Amino acid sequence: MAIAREAEPVSSLHEIREAGLDREDLFGIYRSMLLTRGIEERGHILYKQGKIPGSFYTGRGNEASSVGIATAMGGEDVGTPLHRDMGVHVTRGVEPWRIFAQYMGREDGPTRGRDGNVHMADSQLGLLAMVSHLPAMLPVGVGCALAFRIREERRVAVSWFGEGASARGDAHEGMNMAGVRRLPIVFICDNNQWAYSTPTHLEYACETLADRAAAYGFDGVVVDGTDVLAVYREAKRAIEKARDGGGPTLIESMTLRMEGHAVHDDAFYVPKELFEEWAKRDPIERFRSWLRENAEMTDEEEDEVAAGVKRTLNQAIERAETSPLPDPSTVTDKVFARPEDLDTPHHK
Amino acid sequence: MAELTYLQAISDGLRQEMRRDNRVFVIGEDVGVYGGAFKVTLGFQEEFGPWRVIDAPLSETAIVGGCTGAAIMGMRPVAEMQFADFISCAWDQLVTVAAKQFYRAGTPVPIVVRLPSGGGFSGGPFHSQNPESSFAHIAGLKVVCPATPEDAKGLLISAIEDPNPVLYFEHKHLYRRIKAEVPEERYTTPFGKARIHREGEDLTVVTWGAMVYTAAEAAQQLEQDDVSVEIIDLRTIIPWDRKAVLDSAQKTSKVLVLHEDTRTGGFGGEIAATIAEEAFEHLDAPIKRIAAPDTPVPFSPPLEKAFIPQVDDVVAGLRELAEY
Repeated sequence: MAIAREAEPVSSLHEIREAGLDREDLFGIYRSMLLTRGIEERGHILYKQGKIPGSFYTGRGNEASSVGIATAMGGEDVGTPLHRDMGVHVTRGVEPWRIFAQYMGREDGPTRGRDGNVHMADSQLGLLAMVSHLPAMLPVGVGCALAFRIREERRVAVSWFGEGASARGDAHEGMNMAGVRRLPIVFICDNNQWAYSTPTHLEYACETLADRAAAYGFDGVVVDGTDVLAVYREAKRAIEKARDGGGPTLIESMTLRMEGHAVHDDAFYVPKELFEEWAKRDPIERFRSWLRENAEMTDEEEDEVAAGVKRTLNQAIERAETSPLPDPSTVTDKVFARPEDLDTPHHK
Repeated sequence: MAELTYLQAISDGLRQEMRRDNRVFVIGEDVGVYGGAFKVTLGFQEEFGPWRVIDAPLSETAIVGGCTGAAIMGMRPVAEMQFADFISCAWDQLVTVAAKQFYRAGTPVPIVVRLPSGGGFSGGPFHSQNPESSFAHIAGLKVVCPATPEDAKGLLISAIEDPNPVLYFEHKHLYRRIKAEVPEERYTTPFGKARIHREGEDLTVVTWGAMVYTAAEAAQQLEQDDVSVEIIDLRTIIPWDRKAVLDSAQKTSKVLVLHEDTRTGGFGGEIAATIAEEAFEHLDAPIKRIAAPDTPVPFSPPLEKAFIPQVDDVVAGLRELAEY
């Protein structure tokens, strides 16, 4: 029997207003979701064209979750999003052309060609760059929350992990320490049901991963990760609770990874029926319908958002392609930071 | 100046930094109420409170990862591993996250991890290691190994000031055995600047940590043979003072590299290779290495003695070099 609470869907404009979003915010969310998917679709094309080296990962199916959570974060809050969470970067305001520059290994990408794909973050926007070793960024998020607690700031950290990464010790150590110290942090488990080719029943034996929260002494909640407003509302509750000294929450966001682990992987091991079932719950289509039914989105408004996203993507790719490749003679630069490099917003 | 043990000098430096800079905090297992397994932070929690002297669960990964996050948020964390050996549990956080974050993402990670290291008192395989070379191989980490009380304080303050992850290896066998004058005021000891522990003309020993004292005893014995030995205490492994080593190699033409860490892949190999590349023409003998054998650190006293380089081993090595 599950211990964690199951989140309710948001059924009206009135309800979402109560949770802090007005009609304009909802259009912003819709735009961020379209932009998130657009960046990854265009990226995939660029990859096939040979313009992106290395590998290429997408978060198709996770747009509602990543955008919904990032929308609930405050401007001074920080996050450690992962490779299915492009929507977090988009929502926090990373310019799309810099994301394409990152994909292409150019000097203007957030990692200046030192790292690839979605291993990036703009620290000015309160994001920390992920590493491949999952969930190694989870204890780092706990450390951010620890700094906020020591300084008694009303800021919150949000830290992501996947259901696959839930099997690793970092997740346990991080959540345990956060629970012991009641730190201002929200843990997001992106449960997309597949860790590369490994299904959930080979990753964990509990009913839901959110159930584990009880063992760490805080609340767990399961949310439909294809419902952006439900995700937003739960994340908002959890973040504000953490801000008010109520300690951590673990939110398990249920989705299906709608593509392979990376673009080389055709995900043959995922039953076709499962893809078909989850395709009916496509997060963008769901939210589009919701906006038409509950927020009276007109054809013109819908077209305007779509056209704006298309224009942004076209301009972004064009600009990214003019960004220079890194100069090979700089390969040994910036291994070590100098004292003046500490002059970041966080180090003041 | 006050006479302090090596351990008191570490405490003194840490306490001064915590008084001066409220971004500095300590986190580790049993560092608060208990004052740390070796009592380096004894009395700290009373002075600085439970949120600046944090008793952590038994979670090396969360301790080091937590320090990384706090550092990126502007704090200056100092983590204590109860024993240097336990750093293996936090390898990923140091090597994967902290070391690479600035190069990849431009985010400095100013953390210090204090690592009580070294053997000599039957600590066995898990309480005696000197894993500095493993970390010296990782780009983005600095590695510090003070030998004297004065350096223990100055290098710790430099480590806290440094905008990078610094591994601070404090040798347990020096904690209460070594006592010396330490300036009372705050001072820093720069990284990458070796210290001439003893000047000499005929042979050079390059070493660090507790082996400085082993080398010094051996050098005294060589005096009776009228052989003058120069001892270079590197102080820091990353960065290391190539110039001081090469200058001494040119002066004496015979070099012995000595460390308590095991031989294969030990940092002595890097030093020897550098001397061979840069000062080959000045050498009058092959570079000699003395290090622990390639085994785990054994427990039983006669075995441990056979493992850790002893004064007699160094004397024999120096005599061989002198006679070459």
